[in-house]
Amino acid sequence: METTTLDKLPLGQEAIIKKVGGEGSILRRRLLDMGLTPRTRVMVRKRAPLGDPLEISLRGYELTLRAEEAEKITVTPEVSEA
Amino acid sequence: MKLHFALVGNQNCGKSTLFNYLTGSNQHVGNFPGVTVQKKEGTILAVPDAGVIDLPGIYSLSPYTSEEIVTRDLLLYNKPDAIINVIDATNIERSLYLSLQLIELNIPMVIALNMMDELTGSGGSIDIKAMEDSLTVPVVPITANSGEGVGELLRRAVEVAQNQQLPQRLDFCSGPVHTAIHSIAHLIETKARRQNLPLRFTATKLIEGDSDFAKALQLSENECDIIGHFVTEMEQNLKTDKEAALADMRYAYIEDLCAQTVQKPKHTEAQLRSVKIDHYLTHKFYAIPIFVLIMGLVFWLTFDVIGAFLSDILSDVIDAVTASVDNTLTVLDIAPPMHSLIIDGIFSGVGAVLSFLPTIVTLFFFLSMLEDSGYMARVAFVMDKMLRKIGLSGSSFVPMIIGFGCSVPAIMASRTLASERDRKMTIMLTPFMSCSAKLPIYGMFIAAFFPHNGGLVMLSLYLTGICVAILSGFLLNSLVFRGKPVPFVMELPAYRLPTARNIIMHMWEKAKDFLHKAFTVIFLVSIIVWFLQNFDVRFYMVDASDSVIASIGKLAAPIFAPLGFGSWQATTSLICGITAKEVVISTLSVLAVGSGGAPDLASLFSPLTAYTFLVFCLLYPPCVAALATIRRELNSDTSTLCLMGYELVVAWCVAFVVRQIGLMLGFA
Repeated sequence: METTTLDKLPLGQEAIIKKVGGEGSILRRRLLDMGLTPRTRVMVRKRAPLGDPLEISLRGYELTLRAEEAEKITVTPEVSEA
Repeated sequence: MKLHFALVGNQNCGKSTLFNYLTGSNQHVGNFPGVTVQKKEGTILAVPDAGVIDLPGIYSLSPYTSEEIVTRDLLLYNKPDAIINVIDATNIERSLYLSLQLIELNIPMVIALNMMDELTGSGGSIDIKAMEDSLTVPVVPITANSGEGVGELLRRAVEVAQNQQLPQRLDFCSGPVHTAIHSIAHLIETKARRQNLPLRFTATKLIEGDSDFAKALQLSENECDIIGHFVTEMEQNLKTDKEAALADMRYAYIEDLCAQTVQKPKHTEAQLRSVKIDHYLTHKFYAIPIFVLIMGLVFWLTFDVIGAFLSDILSDVIDAVTASVDNTLTVLDIAPPMHSLIIDGIFSGVGAVLSFLPTIVTLFFFLSMLEDSGYMARVAFVMDKMLRKIGLSGSSFVPMIIGFGCSVPAIMASRTLASERDRKMTIMLTPFMSCSAKLPIYGMFIAAFFPHNGGLVMLSLYLTGICVAILSGFLLNSLVFRGKPVPFVMELPAYRLPTARNIIMHMWEKAKDFLHKAFTVIFLVSIIVWFLQNFDVRFYMVDASDSVIASIGKLAAPIFAPLGFGSWQATTSLICGITAKEVVISTLSVLAVGSGGAPDLASLFSPLTAYTFLVFCLLYPPCVAALATIRRELNSDTSTLCLMGYELVVAWCVAFVVRQIGLMLGFA
């Protein structure tokens, strides 16, 4: 499937992280530290009532990050298993 | 021999629960020097002569937040005898990421595998032996809530500390990362040993481009070039950059380790339950109404029901004690000035502040429930967008809301914010939220000048406070805290039942903190203010209207003339209002006695100047209890004084503008 960015991933759709952009920034270090490394499986669980930030699920836990930050993460959506 | 342990772990891993369990009430809370990062130390009850320090909750040892720097520096330069690394068994991959970095520090270490009950309860298991073999540090499963396994944890911790048993394996990498780390380690070996820095950790940090270490090792330009070369070579071989390479190296090892040792369902029962609860609590439409409801309930219970009930009892007790001391002093025929100092100065000053205590304790009972259950993280998630524009995150929302009740607990509550920048900004903006002690001032002026538009006046004052806070947020964001925002990337922990021990410890800690203030700073300030109110400059005891404070009021009055309330009575009441906001009213009542004995405000204020006076009261520096809290939480005299100066200037300017607009609209 075509790659997209994490903020554009439909809710509930699983995807594999391809690349975390924004080289050299604090934000990127933090995303990597929290386990958003390439080849990790993620899913966007929901959006906050005001549309932003996002709640994502990865490595067995829930994380929230803003859309502008999720935009830096390139993902490949998984073909649905069903 | 005294042993020192350091508790290190992620946020929400149960570190504080373990700390409370280990130390009971033998703990001391302070700040690390120069930063607003909380430092908790205590002695371990079960082990004679052992101290433990609870370090801030962090996810990595990178040098980007003050919490990470504080932790890293303590572990490097103030080595504990052993590290107790608390990790969340239900969230093991991300927890081990920090563990791997801690192991590189080459300090004796034990891993406390917390929340094991939750994992096994959901059908999961961990092969402890295999994990120990791979990590080469002892791994002890515990449940910090019940204390299960903590005895064994302590036994192993004391053992590694006494034998100085170091992790045997420091090497979790392979391929090009391995080559780079080893080449650099070889290069800097002599220098690292001379500086007493852990070799492997330092080499890793140099790859990550951490300039602190290049400086600490006093590397030559040539050596830096060689390191740069190793790093470039590694990046070219891996076709990725250094940061991703290192994170990937660690997580690759962890995934491998977990595949071999951990059996766990995709989500534990607590996590599945959280998703269901969040279906309502962070729901698109229900989330905000539920939040408003919960905060409303907390406020109502704190300020109207429980807190008010306890406050009444306490003030009865204080009154009774005061009365009996008063009698005793009369019986003993103590000289009137001394008598007045004790009763009117110390007892009324400290007593007024003490009567806040029940409110604060009650409020923190609810706040720790919200915090420990995991709801506070959801509030940050739901409200983030509203605070983002002024450079804050949703986490600051609750402390600011509490500011409408009382600035003191609001500022104390900001301590739980994850980033130092957010903490400082929240502390500085909170005093603009109109606190409940200002209500009596508004009430008295509304009754005298705006009997028919009370609600409107009240609403406009609250909104003015919020607007000034927002504008100040923009200002702070673009001038003081420029370019340093910490990204909002936050864990949403599973909902858990708070434990009674944690809540009681939290309440006790806040109560102790507040009592300490009441009997030090506020005690002193009460004496000084009493003195200024009762003596003139030649040390004669005089009426309030001839006292030093009235003289200062008369001297300062011209400053307020452009605002329309340049009378010395108004000025003096504002100065006295620093002790507590209600004092503005009591001072005015004393100084502006009308013919009938009731305060005659109309002779001092017109409706317009009354309103500007209220605006000034809203914005000018908060009471001494709040100032003392700000001073303690900001951990800086200069910042506190600057903040006071800022508040004075803002209050004056806004009041001036309000008056000018009022004059233009034809009010007098």
